[in-house]
Amino acid sequence: MTPMEAIVPLLVALPLLTAAGIVAMAHVRPLAKFTSGVAVGVVAVNLVLSLVLLPARVGPIYIGGWSAASTLGIQINCDALAKLMLITVNLVALASLVFSLSYMRQFTKVWMFMSLLVFMVAAMNALVLAGDLFNLFVFLEVAAIASYALVAFGCEAEELEAAFKYLVLGTVGSTLILLGVGILYSLTGQLNMGLVAAGLRKLTLAGGKVGPAPLLAAACLIGGLALKAAMVPFHAWLPDAHPSAPAPISAMLSGVLIKASGVYAMARVVFNVLGPSGPYATVLMTLGALSMVVGVLLAVGQWDFKRLLAYHSISQMGYVVLALGAAAHVLSGPSPQVAVASVCLLGALFHLFNHAAFKSLLFLSSGAIEQQAHTRMLKEMGGLARRMPVTGFCCRIAALSIAGVPPFNGFFSKLIIIVGLAMAGYPVLAALAAFVAFVTLLSFVKVQRYALEGQPSASAAAAHEAPFSMGLAMVVLAVICLLAGPGMMVLRDWLFEPAGRVLMAGSAALIGGAP
Amino acid sequence: MNQHHGMTLIVKNTTRLVSGFIAVFGVYVALTGHLSPGGGFAGGVILASAGILVVLAFGREFSQRLVTETQYHLYDSSAMAAMIILALLGYLAGGFFVNFMNATSPQSVGESVGRLNSGGTIPLFNLAILVKVAGGLAGVFLALAAFRAGGRSQGADAPSVALPGGAGEKED
Amino acid sequence: MGIAIYLLTFAILLAGLYAVVAKKNVVKIIVGAAILDYAVNLFLVLIGWRTVSTAAGAEGGAAPILAAGQSGRQLLASAVDPLPQALILTSIVIALGVTALMVALALRLHEKYGTFDLENIRRLRG
Repeated sequence: MTPMEAIVPLLVALPLLTAAGIVAMAHVRPLAKFTSGVAVGVVAVNLVLSLVLLPARVGPIYIGGWSAASTLGIQINCDALAKLMLITVNLVALASLVFSLSYMRQFTKVWMFMSLLVFMVAAMNALVLAGDLFNLFVFLEVAAIASYALVAFGCEAEELEAAFKYLVLGTVGSTLILLGVGILYSLTGQLNMGLVAAGLRKLTLAGGKVGPAPLLAAACLIGGLALKAAMVPFHAWLPDAHPSAPAPISAMLSGVLIKASGVYAMARVVFNVLGPSGPYATVLMTLGALSMVVGVLLAVGQWDFKRLLAYHSISQMGYVVLALGAAAHVLSGPSPQVAVASVCLLGALFHLFNHAAFKSLLFLSSGAIEQQAHTRMLKEMGGLARRMPVTGFCCRIAALSIAGVPPFNGFFSKLIIIVGLAMAGYPVLAALAAFVAFVTLLSFVKVQRYALEGQPSASAAAAHEAPFSMGLAMVVLAVICLLAGPGMMVLRDWLFEPAGRVLMAGSAALIGGAP
Repeated sequence: MNQHHGMTLIVKNTTRLVSGFIAVFGVYVALTGHLSPGGGFAGGVILASAGILVVLAFGREFSQRLVTETQYHLYDSSAMAAMIILALLGYLAGGFFVNFMNATSPQSVGESVGRLNSGGTIPLFNLAILVKVAGGLAGVFLALAAFRAGGRSQGADAPSVALPGGAGEKED
Repeated sequence: MGIAIYLLTFAILLAGLYAVVAKKNVVKIIVGAAILDYAVNLFLVLIGWRTVSTAAGAEGGAAPILAAGQSGRQLLASAVDPLPQALILTSIVIALGVTALMVALALRLHEKYGTFDLENIRRLRG
């Protein structure tokens, strides 16, 4: 076992240990005040470790000293796609934790919050590293349970209602996923993703058709994961759950949880396990296009800032899933168009990363505004840019990024997605994506107009700048939003292109040890 | 039925008689988990059910005199920490979760198969899971029971907003 | 037997789904979610069932525990697949956590709204 391979399990073990440790520390008088610091520290260590892992080439790792030949060991899969997700998850988690150092002072029992948040980070790290379907399910559930509790953290009436709705729909989703995993196990006798993929290839009917049983499994899996990703027919829980949580949690949920447990898992299952083929690609594209359009149309009419942001999350995830579906479509069939698929995947993964940065920044700044102006309603705000210069500046950068204004990161990723769609032979969908980008811009002009510009309202007049740690978290994310656009080429070479190659390698990616 | 003073004498006496046996059986199921059906989780549930029986029969106040909420938290979290530390100790023998106490290779069944001292670290994991599950489950039940008895003021196991309506004070 | 038992599992699954989707009472929804979990667990335990055809007819379904003096190969010939059972144990643990959280939320909801009826628990819209 090389040193790099020894690092990988630590990404899960350290935060889990810390989550348990925080609970113990909170009950021991002299240690209780260090809980928040420990939480920030472990996530910072995680971020450093995942950056250290980035250039390394790490093959599949087997837990407990099992060998690859036995086909029984539990596999950890630290390929380029997992590395991209690790960096995204830990980056947003660190920003949210630093933000919550000041923000969470209005709540009691902050240690519970810290413990649950670190637990969620550990589960998401494990989720992206999981090399078998059942571990994917387990950590999806662990992350989800932590998030259910965090949504209900404030214990107000609306928060409890939202959390219950989220919990019930989440349970239905995870039951579907487990059913899909069970069917795949009964078909192939394996749970390891690579071996399941190999088993499914043997089951493929003549002419590349997928048999009915794998189709049922795929329907269960994609349905359940679409519920976790809040794709449009299954989106009802997200606009309630994400705004109800405390702001750092909204940032985590919208910023990374729906990506790790929804989009990432869907991409992994469709591309690497089931193998990209016609029906799956059509389903993904339909889900993506629907979410993109319906999400943004529902967002335009919202006056609650956080609710508006939540609807935009649905819409922006629609972009990612649409691009993934287009890539799956051009990869399926007898003559895969690898160049087109790589453009689509680059757009999808770049947009996923960008969305993590700007949406968590938007949610954090909405939290800062809510704390100062005591309202989430856009009409009751006003003139906040003068009262809270740092927050206002960061909020503007994020709004410009999500709206797709040229020098910012959102512009580039949306452009790549639109170009990719056009190249893949879907000019109508490309036009639709451009139209949705325009509506998004309009919606965020409204946010600027009502929240940041204009005359200060009664509630906004007393607002002050956010405390230092909140400002720091927002500035760091804003810098990432600013740099990710011009620095696209560097990021592409280091993060997105290797990750795209993992997805393009299809069902063969997980056996031979992908790049 | 009065929540604060527990159930009738018959229930109380029966609980006195059986709860100890239930607890011992729970520990037994966990300790022989590597040899027979059962294991840490099943044993923990049985052990917790002994505690739940005491809560039901004697009321919440009595059982909190035996084990407080803080202690449940500590059992729960320290058992989880112990499990992860056991897994991390595997690095000494070559990797995460490696069964470092097994003389033979982890894949092969040891020579003392069928004995209580076989299995390397697995019985230790079972023991940690026993404490974790028993503490967690009994703690959850106690929190829910506390909720029913007295609402949030009775130390219900969930956080609450310090200031209503999320109206945070200016900090720093 | 064969397919009928799977259809029965599917019926349980649909019953649970019906309770979750159509019922308006919080407690009934929690029961429905539990039924949903049980249906999937039942499905998983069924796919682990194996029979081995021997001279005396179909045989199998033994518990996957190595008895004293039994060789691994003998066990393999008669035992059911232990892996789905391990999966079920994990999924039961998860279901336990989810159910406990659901009950806690239901209690809190009752405290806030004074009812278990979802018709009256509707402060969020959109």
